[in-house]
Amino acid sequence: MVGALALSLAACGSDPGADPSGEGSESALDLSGELNGGGASSQESAMEAWRAGFQSQNPDVTVNYDPVGSGGGRESFISGAFPFAGSDAALDDEEMADAEAQCGEGGVVEYPGYISPVAVAFNLEGIDTLNLTPEAIAGIFAGEITAWDDEAIAADNPDADLPSTDITVVHRSDDSGTTENFQEYLNTVVPDVWTWEPEGIWPIEGQESAQGTSGVVSAAQAGEGTITYADASQIADLGTAHVGVGDEFVEYTPEAAAAVVEGSPRVEGTSDHVFAYDLKRDIAGTYPIVLVSYHLACATYEDAATADLVKGFYSYILSDEGQAAAADSAGSAPLSSELRDQFLPSVEAITAAG
Amino acid sequence: MTTTDSPPAPVAPVRRRRSSGDTERGFSRTFRWIATGSGALILATLAAVALFLIVRAWPAMTASEAELADAVPRYPDDTSFLAYVGPLVFGTLLAAVLALLMATPVAMGIALFISHYAPRRLAQILGYLVDLLAAIPSVVYGLWGVAVLAPAVAPVWTWLNEWFGWFPLFAGNVSPTARTLATVSVVLAVMILPIITAVSREVFLQTPKLHEEAALALGATRWEMVRTAVLPFGQSGVISAAMLGLGRALGETMAVLMILSPGFLYSFKILQAAQQQTIAAYIALDFPEASGLAVNALIATGLALFVITLAVNMAARAIVARRKDFSGAN
Repeated sequence: MVGALALSLAACGSDPGADPSGEGSESALDLSGELNGGGASSQESAMEAWRAGFQSQNPDVTVNYDPVGSGGGRESFISGAFPFAGSDAALDDEEMADAEAQCGEGGVVEYPGYISPVAVAFNLEGIDTLNLTPEAIAGIFAGEITAWDDEAIAADNPDADLPSTDITVVHRSDDSGTTENFQEYLNTVVPDVWTWEPEGIWPIEGQESAQGTSGVVSAAQAGEGTITYADASQIADLGTAHVGVGDEFVEYTPEAAAAVVEGSPRVEGTSDHVFAYDLKRDIAGTYPIVLVSYHLACATYEDAATADLVKGFYSYILSDEGQAAAADSAGSAPLSSELRDQFLPSVEAITAAG
Repeated sequence: MTTTDSPPAPVAPVRRRRSSGDTERGFSRTFRWIATGSGALILATLAAVALFLIVRAWPAMTASEAELADAVPRYPDDTSFLAYVGPLVFGTLLAAVLALLMATPVAMGIALFISHYAPRRLAQILGYLVDLLAAIPSVVYGLWGVAVLAPAVAPVWTWLNEWFGWFPLFAGNVSPTARTLATVSVVLAVMILPIITAVSREVFLQTPKLHEEAALALGATRWEMVRTAVLPFGQSGVISAAMLGLGRALGETMAVLMILSPGFLYSFKILQAAQQQTIAAYIALDFPEASGLAVNALIATGLALFVITLAVNMAARAIVARRKDFSGAN
């Protein structure tokens, strides 16, 4: 893990567009052509980085990703319009049957390729970390817990010198995947406190808001006693919450976020190439506020060129450089090498039919 | 154009001898067409924009409440379209009017200083600086508002709220981040300051010297001269300058978008967060993720802004026209 991190840090420094000679096995494939896919908009900026990196390793290749949304991505994948797709949800049984029928022999390759962690960040003079239970987080953001020295916060932070400052919630004013992701977590873990249906627009009126990740972060920095949620890599010098998981409190690290997938049980009864997970938000030691987004492909393609391109592209995504590129530009949590070792054989197995 | 580079054609000598005035007339006719064409182009553009707004807004204005509530993310349940646009119109007007109230007196002061008080050298430099202020892009004003102004004015807003909380504008819970309509209108005021100053300055400079000297000869102090000669003369000019400023404030998008923490209420609490939103910022905020009927609804709010801006400008014209007789401009 440390080695992977060091590698990813080293790779961070190099501009994805700077070195067309590339290295590793991908360039040896000598790929060319155009690959058009699409799907979840949550993956858009990561896809941007992957496309740039893959295209610089293979100058004759063009990859396009149309962020039509998860539903649209799955539909187009099932209909065969997209040879590859991204989706925030795994294919359900019915979709899987349709997709397998479309892909033909070998079926579908599906794995969680993108993990986006959301941090809960606050601005309190002299306090860098706080332990917050899911109930406390939901209560704060719902506006039910209004002061920082509330018993629900103080109980888990005996050492912190909590002020009686009012809590100012800052949320995203624009329609945002981060908002949906965060609400998804609250709604799953504490459904009795967070009763709103998760969507891209914040459901509660009368709270402070700002546009974009940088907007909420700067708004939180501007006021004393503010709390917000943002992509975990973007929270600057704000204090961060250690999120309650079971009886302990977990600090955000990319490893802890990726560990959610590792610890969750794989959905059973699927074919070998389908890695769908039943996400568990209460596994000890894992950071639970994550969005897990899947990559879809067929195991076999009619067209050899398409098969090679998809295989090459997905291999790049699962490579150290690919993971580092996405972590750098999209703030995603890199997949652990154990997970990647599980997924890679399925990606390598992508071939042309016949 | 063809008349300018006439090649030595066989018929040319006959024509050319007839008169060089003919070519002149050709020029002036061409120029008349160009000028008329430019004038018509403006009208055509305006008509095209109006037509686009109406055509694209129509589906939203005719859709049922349930359809709208379903398609438009922030559409409140069980309300008519007017109830949806209403708070936005209110927020837009409130921000612009507050900005105007702050900017106009200051702008008149600067303009009078430049035109009647400052030494010539200083007046030139100041005039130049004010024009420069107008050239700063609004996104820069937005960044400045968020990074510098909001933290700086937060204590002022708290103080206002503490002592003058009984006044409706300063009531409510003051926002600790100061990303409120009060901060927005200060930024808007700074943005419209140059345009009001520049126009007012020009108007004040037009005051007939005879009027001014007559006032001074009658023993008026400089202030009395300004009050009796310059201000009455410049009144209509200042009003139209203010309306130009109001037009810019109404349509300002980027700065509002970056600073304001929006809400959708008919609220006068300008120190509290999440109370108001302006139309332009609302469109910019929600357009990226909008589709289908939601786009139509956004364009319909744009149509409302278009109508407001037209109305403001027509009102300004009417005021100026009514005052024209007294201004001495004719």
